[in-house]
Amino acid sequence: MTCRVLIGPGKRAAYVREAAGASQDLHAACQLTSMKLSLSKVVSGCRLGTLTNLGKNGVQTMELPGCLLYTKTGSPPHLTHDTLQAIKGVPAVVQLTLSTLVELHEVLEEYKEGIGKFIGMPESVLYCSLHDPGSPCPSGYNNNKTVSIWGYGGRMEMTGSKFMSMQRALQPDWIQCLSDGDTISGETSRKRAKKSVDRSLSFLDECLQLQEKSPELQGSVMVGVIEGGDMLEERLRSARETAKRPVGGFLLDGFQGQAMAKETKLKLMASVTAELPEDKPRLIHGIGKPDEVLECIERGVDVFESFYPYQVTERGCALSFSYDYNPDPEAAVIKQNGIQDAGKNGTEKDINETSKADPEITSFEIF
Amino acid sequence: MPVGTQGTMKGITARQLEALGCRICLGNTYHLGMRPGPELIKQANGLHGFMNWPQSLLTDSGGFQMVSLVELSEVTEEGVRFRSPYDGEEILLTPEKSIKIQNALGSDIMMQLDDVVSSTVRGPRVEEAMYRSIRWLDRCIAANSKPDQQNLFAIVQGGLDPALRTKCLEEMTQRDVPGFAIGGLSGGEAKDRFWRMVTLSTDRLPRGKPRYLMGVGYATDLVVCVALGCDMFDCVFPTRTARFGSALVPWGSLPVKNKQFAKDFRPIDENCDCPTCRRYSRAFLHALFRSETAAMHLLTVHNIAYQLNLMRSIRESIVEQRFPQFVRDFMRTMYGSRERYPPWAMEALASVNITLE
Repeated sequence: MTCRVLIGPGKRAAYVREAAGASQDLHAACQLTSMKLSLSKVVSGCRLGTLTNLGKNGVQTMELPGCLLYTKTGSPPHLTHDTLQAIKGVPAVVQLTLSTLVELHEVLEEYKEGIGKFIGMPESVLYCSLHDPGSPCPSGYNNNKTVSIWGYGGRMEMTGSKFMSMQRALQPDWIQCLSDGDTISGETSRKRAKKSVDRSLSFLDECLQLQEKSPELQGSVMVGVIEGGDMLEERLRSARETAKRPVGGFLLDGFQGQAMAKETKLKLMASVTAELPEDKPRLIHGIGKPDEVLECIERGVDVFESFYPYQVTERGCALSFSYDYNPDPEAAVIKQNGIQDAGKNGTEKDINETSKADPEITSFEIF
Repeated sequence: MPVGTQGTMKGITARQLEALGCRICLGNTYHLGMRPGPELIKQANGLHGFMNWPQSLLTDSGGFQMVSLVELSEVTEEGVRFRSPYDGEEILLTPEKSIKIQNALGSDIMMQLDDVVSSTVRGPRVEEAMYRSIRWLDRCIAANSKPDQQNLFAIVQGGLDPALRTKCLEEMTQRDVPGFAIGGLSGGEAKDRFWRMVTLSTDRLPRGKPRYLMGVGYATDLVVCVALGCDMFDCVFPTRTARFGSALVPWGSLPVKNKQFAKDFRPIDENCDCPTCRRYSRAFLHALFRSETAAMHLLTVHNIAYQLNLMRSIRESIVEQRFPQFVRDFMRTMYGSRERYPPWAMEALASVNITLE
């Protein structure tokens, strides 16, 4: 059994050494305050629950289903701490992306006190994912030993050890393990899907080992990444194998983008979550629109990103939609074929203007 | 007075600005008059309502744009003819129109439309502009439909010519206006001519009415001009320089976006209490500046805090009768040693009996 001691970063290393040395006192010295998921209800596949004992102090909580606070270079886009405070219901868990932080490796190593304090969020729970959801990566750059991350200065190849070295400097609370998710640009062969699973499992084992030896990361939770492209067999294999490792949560990766047919996506999601333990959170990347979020929740997903509001902002739109959702199959078809609700409060003219403005505009926003 | 040209302080909210202690800021008649226009702003409960700004507002007349956007303008006795950069249309900004727009905006302090010439211009144009500004002042006073709610300030012109400026002061001080601005300076003229015009103006302006020195500015200039008798100032410099990655500090400025700050984990100013300095380091701002607008907003907050704090310190020192010592401390902190003190500043301060050791 691994013992997670959640105390301040400066004291962590010393405490762990001390506690390990006094083995009879280990149990007493150990604060068993690792992350806990309590499910209160499951309705039609939708899970309702709470994550507790989060963060460096173990006192933060997160309601499920829930979302992460999207950041770039450690800041929510355009917002400062003060303007963020003016918003009600800001997510408790902050999503950092390695791609926007990778250039700060040296700086953070010298800083020593972790990314949370560096970005002015010392109290927040921090999740570090690999890639920025707003900027999809070019395909074809991963191999058996490395995964490519696209930082501001260009491509950086991450081996397991370089990745963990960066994580030691960041000291996040949750870590998306280094993984090969390059299965989303067009047709993925069975061979490629298998590779994504094999490589990701190999990285997972390597990184878990390195985490054992890193005092700075004793309080951090490794999130296992489930790959497999659009191959059901590979997805199931990935889910089962990943679940055998001591991970704190699961990421359903490779569901971003438009390459996979919607039906396939949803079926695979349901199959994957069916293989996962109930008491660990399921994260997904790349899903942003409200209707898609709801579909994923129905298939057992708990945690989402919140890059979608940012994308809406960047095209000059404001989110405006009713929270009453009727998953009507006919209406769904109409929606897919064009802008529906934008015309509700406007005229025919408005719809045409809106669609001319930006083809990406969804029915959840106004221009 | 920070400058929120288009009805907003770029990058920060009205609430943030108020929380910093700002009690008056600027809006610009030319820009707001173009877009969104006075009619819409009137419907939004004036500029205060449109911006949701609960404190005071001062609007400039649109006159300065004559100088700053001069390729687009032509001045006649009637007014200024502009070609709008917004829609290419020609508009004529007369004293009457400027006041009408400012009445619709509902600002607490309005500026007359003045005939502005750059301080580097010489010759008869300066005299022409000075006399015209007086005539336009009278037209503005006549056009003000809300003299009990909105304070119309005169703007003293005359360039760098003492005779012209004196004449302007003589005339304008005969008009019954609640305040006076000193205009036509801070346009790149030599500093030792600048301060002499400032002091000439303050010598002749009534003691019981506010003196607003337009377009100033840098910390040293603020301190010296307070010593010379000015009360109010506006400048885009602090907010603009923030957007370019520079933080203002008592000893100069820090170009945070420069590499030297990449591993500097101190706040911009250890003695600054603003939201930026309380939470963020130079190193983080440096990292953020490369790609995120939030960096500009954080620097804007700090720079506004710096300016407001400077002015508050000045006021406190005046009230506590130690202003000359404040000036000495300020200069030493800013320049380090006497050899580095700008000569014009020393002369200007000496002229009001403030000697630097």
